[in-house]
Order: sequence, then structure tokens, then C-alpha cells
Amino acid sequence: MSFAGIRRPVPRFGHGSRVPGWDEAVDLTKDPAVIPEPSTPVPDELREQIVAAMAKYPDRRSATIPALHAAQDLHGWCSPEAITQVAAVMQVTPAYLISVATFYDMFKTEPRPRNDVYVCTNISCSLRGADEFFEAMLAAATDEVDVRSFECLGACDIAPMASVNGEYVGPLEPADAPRIVEDLLAGRPVLADKQLRHRPCADPEVAAGARDFGPPSAETPQADIAGFGPEGDTADRPGPTAAIEKPVEESDQ
Amino acid sequence: MKLLFEGIDEPGLNTLPVYERRGGYEMLRKALSMEPEAVLQQIVDSGLRGRGGAGFRMGQKASFLPSGDMEKYLVCNADESEPGTFKDRELMQKSPHMLIEGIAISSWAAGIRRAFIYIRGEYAHQADILEAAIAEALEAGYLGENILGSPHSLKLVLHRGAGAYICGEETGLLDSLEGKRGNPRLKPPFPAIEGLYHGPTLINNVETLSTVPHIIRMGGKEYAGLGTETSTGTKLVSVSGDVQRPGNYEIELGMPSREIIFGLAGGTFPGREVKFWFPGGSSSPVLTKDDLDLAYDFDTMAKAGTMLGSGAIIVVDDSHTVLEVAMKVAKFYAHESCGKCVPCREGTNWTVKMLERIQSGEATPMDLDIMASVCEQIIGNCLCVLGDAMAMPIGSMVAKFRGELEAEIEAARERAASGALEDVIPLGVADEHAGPVPVH
Repeated sequence: MSFAGIRRPVPRFGHGSRVPGWDEAVDLTKDPAVIPEPSTPVPDELREQIVAAMAKYPDRRSATIPALHAAQDLHGWCSPEAITQVAAVMQVTPAYLISVATFYDMFKTEPRPRNDVYVCTNISCSLRGADEFFEAMLAAATDEVDVRSFECLGACDIAPMASVNGEYVGPLEPADAPRIVEDLLAGRPVLADKQLRHRPCADPEVAAGARDFGPPSAETPQADIAGFGPEGDTADRPGPTAAIEKPVEESDQ
Repeated sequence: MKLLFEGIDEPGLNTLPVYERRGGYEMLRKALSMEPEAVLQQIVDSGLRGRGGAGFRMGQKASFLPSGDMEKYLVCNADESEPGTFKDRELMQKSPHMLIEGIAISSWAAGIRRAFIYIRGEYAHQADILEAAIAEALEAGYLGENILGSPHSLKLVLHRGAGAYICGEETGLLDSLEGKRGNPRLKPPFPAIEGLYHGPTLINNVETLSTVPHIIRMGGKEYAGLGTETSTGTKLVSVSGDVQRPGNYEIELGMPSREIIFGLAGGTFPGREVKFWFPGGSSSPVLTKDDLDLAYDFDTMAKAGTMLGSGAIIVVDDSHTVLEVAMKVAKFYAHESCGKCVPCREGTNWTVKMLERIQSGEATPMDLDIMASVCEQIIGNCLCVLGDAMAMPIGSMVAKFRGELEAEIEAARERAASGALEDVIPLGVADEHAGPVPVH
């Protein structure tokens, strides 16, 4: 939950009490924002994405998170303009969308650089030195990279790790921080040698069996299925279109 | 014994041709040839307990769903946000069709025609893989209308979250899936009666649902023969922290914990010793090195005053202080508290503040008693277990390492008195995860 106001230090007087005005959430002199007109101009691509998302659910409001993701991808953050556009397509109030956007950590409610580096600083990663890496990452970051310490990202096997624009990399050491920034700015795959997607399973019995297939590789995911494809083996295996044979002795169950 | 991890590293297993070549979707075919009640009975017979954390029997949960023709939902909880847990990630990335098959079978058993997978937003790669797999399965007729010519129809939608620990809690997840802030709901009514869009909803973890095809293949009774009597089957264990080979391991429940930590995960680094360990994610009360010989199953862990949770073992060695780990845990839960219930919202923040007092040399041993009482007052007094999830490990650390914490308090007081600690928590600098700045 990121409450935008809480992340920043509360402005205080020298003696410690709060400066008036810091907690005024809204401008009371303004009228409340209403549902924008459906005719509000929205980029076609964004409108299509939101409409497609709404069609997937019984209730259109379920598409709030996918819609905000799409708007953030387009605008870089959940700007007032982005919120208005989503509200116009979804026909909900901007306040409703803002309430959702402020709840989730991945939505940016203030302008931030587009490149996201989430450094996991939760327990498993911090045991393995994530805090030092986070410091190094902050030092290495430029204006184009948004470095944040993040909740457990679910990759403690490669601790300490980070998610760079969604790509999981680890285990990291402070020396990797400048490399991440270089790779990002050059548009290369980030730390190609440390990406989680290439990592085999740790379980020894699985690892022993894995040798039969050769090392896993993202480039050749289907390299070994020649002769085993769906067209080759329909003879000995019923395909999806084969009707189900119901056993006669059903009532025994 | 490998079920879920059988040949999981095979390249291309995430695609339909390879999965089918290995007998994939045959169990869906078999299940669809059986009556739904018979399929459900197999799941009940298997004694499969939920792998997400609560350990509730899946068959029992599914049988709570009312029968009838109303709109019912199945939601697969792929939010996997419990610190230390990363088993579902590997399953979804490497064998997404196993999950889809499990969902298709379970929804047939429970009479459900609409299913959702709620995956955490950070798992972008895994979500892409799942999305492609769902499209493949739909194309091949394993999802959609009249699957394989049977009366069963299923619409499966992948929903990406946006980063909130609380959305792993089942009712918080439902609110989030409905497009709201992910605040947990008051229970009862339980989701099986009134869940998503007010319809009866079956919520299960990725690993639980992925196990279902194996249960159908082996037969429920046969599956129940694995593991122990009350903790049946195999379990993926995520071992992390101070071990030499962190990773996911598939074990039969009931394996001695020492064998998992030292045998599979390689144990601590040379010259280090296990100080304490979390047996089921950072929410579980900690165990010490004296508990390493406990069998790793639901009941043994419960008897030891902790829980198996999501099967995430986090090992902490003697190079770390209890205070530093407690601080990480408390700050995380304070940050992730949704703020709906007072005991959790306030209790987690005050626990962080009291731990900071210890660091800054302002605490007395009495603070430990206050901290323990705060933890006691959180447990059981909130809508969901997020508050408990902080109170239980912190409470257990205070109880089991009181001596060390008292020594820490004394040492910090001495450092503070000698002026070495002046700016430990500078006024006005909010830590990213600490919440509001305390008023001094």
C-alpha cells in the first residue's frame, strides 16, 4: 500500500509539530470530479485495451487494475490525464480510480522515471546482503531509472535479487548495480547471465533428470519436440477433438 | 517421489505439444468421463490440504459450495506474496498447463463455469507464459464451451495484480479482483458461500490446483498414502536465507526438517550455525536449532507452536541479530497493513516504533513485555490474519530470544549514553517501509 503522502516526510516546524495543510487531501473550494463525458479524447490504443479488459469480466469495474496498468504504460505514471482517460472509458469517477491506484505499490501516483528497478529488501534477500546492494543501486541510478526497495518479490532462491522492468535478476552484488543501469540505458537484456528465466530447478533429483533434455534455454524452448508434435502422434493418443468414452460402470463411484 | 516437479526443467514444457506428449490433459479427459461427485470424492479421499498457508482440506472446501445452477467461481490464488515463498513462480513458469488442467478438473468437480487466476503484478514473465498457455488450451479445446465434447464449459481469465501483499489473503484478493482496493472482508460469510461478485467461490493456491491432475491419475486413496496420515502427499518447499543451495524442493510431507535444510538445501555456510528458522514463511513463529529434527508436516509444526504455512523455510544463521530480523519483519507488515482494522494498523506500527526504541537505546526490558502484549492483542482481533502474521513471529522472537534482546537493549543504552548513537533515527526522515514518522 503506498499512501503517497506517507512516503514523503511530513513537513514539521522546528519543535516537531506538523505544518498546517499537509493533510488536506482535497481542495474544498472545487466541485467534486464527476464521471467524465464518454466523448473525452482517449488514445485509440488505450481505449481498445481498456474495452478489451472490461469485456473479460462480469463486472466492468474488475478491469480497473488492467486499465490502470495500460494507462501507466502509456503515460509513464497515473497522471491526472491518464486517470481522466481511464475514467472516461470505464465510466467511473476519477476518485474511484485514484483510490485504487494509491493502494497498489506498482502504480505511480507521482511522476517517476520509466525504468523500474525494484530491489527486494525483504527478509531472505536482506539476510544475503540486499541492503548493501540497494545502496549501490541508489548510487548507480540516473535520472532515467526509478530505484525502489520492494516487498518480497518471490525469488528468494536468487537472493539478493531485483526486478528490472519486470525481469528478475540475481544473485546480485553491489558491483552489478552499474551494469544494470548500463544495460537498461543501452536497451540490452539486463544482466543476461543472471536472469531467473534461465535458472534450472534446484531440486537434485530434478536436476539429475534435466540433463536428458540439455540445459534449459529461453532461445530454444521447443528444440526437442521434433517428431513429437501434435501432428505426429495423433495415432496413438486421442487428440482434443476425440469424443470422451464414458465408462459403463459409472454408478459404482 | 516427484509429482509436481517430475521433469519440470524439460525445455518447452510450458507449451502444449510437450505437455501433451507427457500425457498432459489426459487426466482432464478422465475426469470429464467421471461424474463431478466422483471427481470431488477423489479429491476428498486424497486428504489434500491447501498449499497456500492455511492448510484447509481442499475437498472439504469444495464441498461447501452450494449445488445448483447459480453462477459460481473458481479463483486460483497466484499472488504468492508471503516472504520466502517462491514455489508457485517456478510451477507457473515451467508447467503452466498443469495448473490449467487442475483448474479445469476442479471446476468440473465443483460445478463451476468461470475461473480466474489472480497473479501478482510483479510476476510479469510468468503471467505472459500463463496467458500464452491459456490461449493454447482454449485453441485446443481444453477450455471454453463443451470441453472435449462433455457438458463442462469453463472460461478462464488471467488477472494481473499490482503489488499488494494483502491481496494474497483470500477476501482481499476477491475485492482486488472486483476492481477495488484489496481490503479483506468480514468472515463469515465465507467465500464458499458468498465470494466473488457475491457468488459462491472456491479459492485455491497454485500448488493445490496443480496437484489435482496427479490425484486423478493416482486415485485419491493412493495419493493419501504419500506423506503422513494427516498431511498427505508431496509439498514444494522453498528454502531460502542463509543456506548454501536455496531453491524449491519437492518433498514428501513428514520429512525431517534437518534433512530439508541440511540435506537438500546444503545447510548453513561453513563456520555458521542455524540460529533460528521460519518453517512457513515470515508469518510463522520461529523455531530454533533445537527444533531441527521435527518432522516437516502440518500437525508436527502446529504442535511445535508454529505452522507449515506456505512451505517456505527461511534459515537465519548466527551472523545476524534477532533484532535486525524482527525489524525487517515488523516493518514489512506495517507497510503492508491495509489499514482497515485498528489492532493491525496500529499494532504493527507501534511494534516497529518499539523496535526502533531498542536500536536507539531508549528502551527498557519492560518494552519487551509491552511488545508481547501488543502482539497478543492483535492476534484474533482483525478481519484477516495480516496482523497475526506479524504478531506471531515477533511474539515468538521475544519469547525465545528474550535474553539476547535484553542484552541488545542494554548495549544500545550504553552506546546512546556515550553519544555514539546520536542520529540513528533522525527526526523527519521516514523510512520507506516504516509508515508515518513517529512524533518524538
